[in-house]
Amino acid sequence: MSEITNDWPVWEVFTQKKSGAPHEHAGNLHAPDAEMALQNARDVYSRRNEAVSIWVVPAEHIVSSTPEDMGPFFDPANDKIYRHPQFYSVPKVVKKRS
Amino acid sequence: MTKQEALFTYLLRLADDRLILGHRLSEWCGHGPVLEEDIALANMALDNIGHATSLLTYAAEVEDKGRNEDQLAFFRDVREYTNIKLVELPKGDFGFTIARQFLFSTFAMLHYEALKDCADPQLKGMTAKALKEYRYHHRHSKQWIIRLGDGTKESHERIQKSINDLWMYTNELFFMNEVDEVLISEKIAVNLEKLRSDWQKLVEETLKEATLEIPDYKQYMQQGGRNGIHTEHLGYLLGEMQQLPRMYPEAQW
Repeated sequence: MSEITNDWPVWEVFTQKKSGAPHEHAGNLHAPDAEMALQNARDVYSRRNEAVSIWVVPAEHIVSSTPEDMGPFFDPANDKIYRHPQFYSVPKVVKKRS
Repeated sequence: MTKQEALFTYLLRLADDRLILGHRLSEWCGHGPVLEEDIALANMALDNIGHATSLLTYAAEVEDKGRNEDQLAFFRDVREYTNIKLVELPKGDFGFTIARQFLFSTFAMLHYEALKDCADPQLKGMTAKALKEYRYHHRHSKQWIIRLGDGTKESHERIQKSINDLWMYTNELFFMNEVDEVLISEKIAVNLEKLRSDWQKLVEETLKEATLEIPDYKQYMQQGGRNGIHTEHLGYLLGEMQQLPRMYPEAQW
């Protein structure tokens, strides 16, 4: 085992509400290792039967976009309406069939 | 001894172990070493207390003397409590609590697995439900035993001391008398002696993995809890647990 430290690493917790549903971010917690992170996640985020599956990921392994990325990452989509399906009108014949 | 008397005592033993252990675990609420463990121990306290409530409700029904679960929990004195001494010992440090959780939940898990063919449908149902909880308690405490044992020098020494100190209280897990004989013949109870080697195997495997020494099985072993002979600690525990209902017997909450 590693040297004792006062600060356990942070783990991000993702829970799946039912089979087939996506794992959604539930929150985070401290734990010394993966197994304990899973146990803690079970106790902290699923003690009232909220989940059927849990993922825990060391927070340091999550790569996140930064606030500065906001412009270049997300703005270009806004003025390109043709990227959205609503931009295209559907012919009446097609609508009838569906 | 009739089947009814035996079943009542049997249910009381199961319930008392869990109620007292649950109370001891609840003492960690707000005092856990980290937030996550605080919540884990409180969860396990609630598992035990919730299960004890169902057992006491059924015990009261079997007894059929007009008592209910609250009267059984809050209006019995030390000498009427049938829990083993292991569960009444003060909570100690985190390692002590974990060591006790490990020794007890390993047994509870095996016991409830063995009760899967119990001839009493109500007891069978309750223990099948609680088995999942004890599997989790076992897993939780086992992982901690390994980390504390195979951790730092200090954690190793402290968890070893806790295991050593608790060892003489473990023989009582396997206590049996006429109550068990009557119920075994009815296919309601199981022979606890048959669980001993499995319990030892599971305990020894984990202690070895945790680089801990297995204490001597032949040392002096505590007894008496099942007959109402307890350590001094149970009286204080009951004093705290029973104070409110005894002061306000009609209180509703």
